[in-house]
Amino acid sequence: MTAILPAKSLADRLTTLFWRKPKLLLALLITPPLLWLGVIYLGSLAALLLQSFYSIDEFSGMVVREFTLKTYGELLRPQNYDIILRTLTMSAAVTIGSVILAFPIAYYAARYARGRWKAVFYLGIMLPLWSSYLVKVYAWKLILAKEGIITWAATKTHTNFLLDAALALPGIGGNSLSTSYIGMFLVFTYVWLPFMILPMQASLERVPTSMLEASQDLGATRAQTFRTVIVPLALPGIIAGSIFTFSLTMGDYIIPQIVGNSANFIGMAVYQLQGTAGNTPLAAAFAVIPIVIMLIYLSLAKRAGAFDAL
Amino acid sequence: MPAAVEFRSVSRHFGPASAPIKAVDGVDLTIAEGAFFAMLGPSGSGKTTCLRLISGFESPTAGEICIFGENVSNTPPHLRNVNTVFQDYALFPHMNVRDNVAYGLMVKGMAKAQRYAKAEEMLALVHLDAYGNRKPGQLSGGQRQRVALARALVNEPKVLLLDEPLGALDLKLREAMQDELKSLQQRLGITFVFVTHDQHEALSMADSLAVFNDGKIAQIGTPAEIYAQPKTRFVADFVGSSNVLPPMLTQSLGGPAKWSSLRPETLHLDPTGALQGIVTSLRYLGSGHRIALTAQGQDIAAILPTGTPLPEPGQEIRLGFTPDALHIMDEA
Amino acid sequence: MRSDPNAAPLSLKIAAIGGLLFLHLPILLIFLYAFTTEERTYAFPPPGVTLKWFAAAWERPDIWQALTLSLQVATAATLLALILGTLISAAMAQARFFGREQISLLIILPIALPGVITGMSLRSAFGLMDIPFSTLTIILGHATFCIVIVYNNAVARFRRLSGGVLEASADLGANAFQTFRYILLPNLGTALLAGGMLAFALSFDEVIVTTFTAGQQATLPIWMLEELIRPRQRPVTNVVAMVVFAATFFPILLAYYLTRNGSETAGAGK
Repeated sequence: MTAILPAKSLADRLTTLFWRKPKLLLALLITPPLLWLGVIYLGSLAALLLQSFYSIDEFSGMVVREFTLKTYGELLRPQNYDIILRTLTMSAAVTIGSVILAFPIAYYAARYARGRWKAVFYLGIMLPLWSSYLVKVYAWKLILAKEGIITWAATKTHTNFLLDAALALPGIGGNSLSTSYIGMFLVFTYVWLPFMILPMQASLERVPTSMLEASQDLGATRAQTFRTVIVPLALPGIIAGSIFTFSLTMGDYIIPQIVGNSANFIGMAVYQLQGTAGNTPLAAAFAVIPIVIMLIYLSLAKRAGAFDAL
Repeated sequence: MPAAVEFRSVSRHFGPASAPIKAVDGVDLTIAEGAFFAMLGPSGSGKTTCLRLISGFESPTAGEICIFGENVSNTPPHLRNVNTVFQDYALFPHMNVRDNVAYGLMVKGMAKAQRYAKAEEMLALVHLDAYGNRKPGQLSGGQRQRVALARALVNEPKVLLLDEPLGALDLKLREAMQDELKSLQQRLGITFVFVTHDQHEALSMADSLAVFNDGKIAQIGTPAEIYAQPKTRFVADFVGSSNVLPPMLTQSLGGPAKWSSLRPETLHLDPTGALQGIVTSLRYLGSGHRIALTAQGQDIAAILPTGTPLPEPGQEIRLGFTPDALHIMDEA
Repeated sequence: MRSDPNAAPLSLKIAAIGGLLFLHLPILLIFLYAFTTEERTYAFPPPGVTLKWFAAAWERPDIWQALTLSLQVATAATLLALILGTLISAAMAQARFFGREQISLLIILPIALPGVITGMSLRSAFGLMDIPFSTLTIILGHATFCIVIVYNNAVARFRRLSGGVLEASADLGANAFQTFRYILLPNLGTALLAGGMLAFALSFDEVIVTTFTAGQQATLPIWMLEELIRPRQRPVTNVVAMVVFAATFFPILLAYYLTRNGSETAGAGK
């Protein structure tokens, strides 16, 4: 037997080729998916955003393919500006609400759940995360309906007045929960909650118990330890989760349709404008807003170390 | 008879040509057939890269590598008749021990009955004959290492490469495996090339060894040569702990004005000895005592066997040594 | 780093469990409403209990059509995503190369950007390429964002695979194809399966991108969306909701069991 074995098959020869030129194998592996994602998806995305620099001729309704900032200017019109403001406010509110609701769950799951409970919490968060979005929204439509379970519970516990008071709140109230901003807020928060819990849990898990013990050892009260040790260390996870809640709320157009009044959100505006209205440039301009906001948010988040928690 | 492995001015550079990282820098090496050869050095010295150059997982930037006289520069790893025992053993987790060992024979197309028979033979050789059906996850570290060994040897390679094979084992197991590897190699007659950073291991197992430093070979020779006659300060320091004496101190001990090395165990208490100094500390080693002292501003260590009357810290003592214990080094 | 569960303050325990219940109760409500006798409102408590809506759902041809389409699309999109996702993860698992970080951003983009935007882009792309909106376009759209699901699972498994194992295979004489078949595939297997299950669930449930890339067809979620806006027989919608939930629930559970012994349990990377 010699030191060098002969190349017996085509497979052997191809392997030799890949060994000599590893970049060849890489190119072969990556070209088909890259072609699809890079050229088709990215290309069409770029083409779409390009449209935001076009404008629509008011008389003919046709798209004028000339570079202009007029369409962006239209975003500043009161009714459009309102839409943007409304969407951003809701996104922020949902983010804050999610953080508050998610924290106990994430904290318990990260620091105390063990054994079987760990699996319970894991599945308990994972299943709602992946289960059908529409089903979840539908469930809340049922709950929030005027004749639904919340009203029933309020009547039974004689807390109807609370419900009416909430609905009477200016700006966010409405005729019933299912057509008010409060309702929308609840549904948004519910649907995106798992997205907030997971990164929070991940970064909370990384806080070494020794650090908490050290804090107590140095004389801090529970509240102080919470404020000065836990929250800053959990911050990357909170920021990571907020990326989801913010971004998802900004782009959603289904929940406002199903659980809301007829007020417009960015997602809905985009949908309507590019569909029946045929005003693709304005739709594109609207679409650019969440993209730009998310890009800025993402780069700030990256600097705050949120990507380590993803 | 050609050498088992030959390196001719082999270099392996990484990074840009303007500022390359020279993992291996102009190495010449000849490993004789049937030898148990060690490549010793600190981490980053290039020894593992050299091993991978032999197996084919690295390609040289310059120079030639020949295995039994054949230039292997264009041969990929799977076509080289060389097998490796990896540092983390790299056993296939989804196969049982027997399939692991028989893998090399399977991919070459050997029939099942035949390759299982050979695998069992090899497992018996490493004393694991009853373990064929177990999975790697069920084995201890030492057992996994033997499976890795069997898996490599069953292919009857011309050269067996071992990458820090005993690093993960505890002391007792390591010493047992050292004996086993040595006897295995002598029985099979295969050329073993193994990489280690543990100089005790290298000295006790190897027929010849190369000491690596910074991508170059500092010295090649038999363990005795390297230990007693280190050529450079690096070798003297790395292989065994040695006292490295500057030229002035060497002169005062009767040698020329050059750097020299003096092994601690060659020193003994002698009221007429040439080396004079003040004791700074004593440490119990089990097999003896290590005395640290200062002589002419230099820290010296001496090892005195158990039973010798011990000096006190602060005491002035004199140490003597046989003339050939003072080894003059060519380079610093 | 876990502390003793008994040391947890009671308020925390209550809040945590309460939170979990909050996540799950609404879904249970849907199941409840599938049995109600009241057809036109969402009255609680349900005035009566009946099984007739299950039969009614069974009879409706539009539901069957939508269900079949959803299954076809999910299967095809999953297969496509499996192939493309595995290819990409194999490439990314190799040593660093130019543009690596940019490519991982690109993979994640279809799912990271709001569905409206992904949907719109794909719609205009199909329009430009003159592909008529049909089942094919739905499948292509789904495959685009399912790739990242498969990719996440595969890459995590690649990372866990000791790199030495692939080298060991080559060292023992296996060529690239043998290594792929005997070592890579068996070790990747469950991760790919899990990724496939998750991709299936995602595709089955997807509605936003689908509305943009579909022609006249309706997948089950689109059917549900129309029902939500213009309800006909409300409890029937609940029955369908139960079906959709089950179709996504079981693949997820399966994916969890397939990968739970690893450090990269499926689904954690959404």
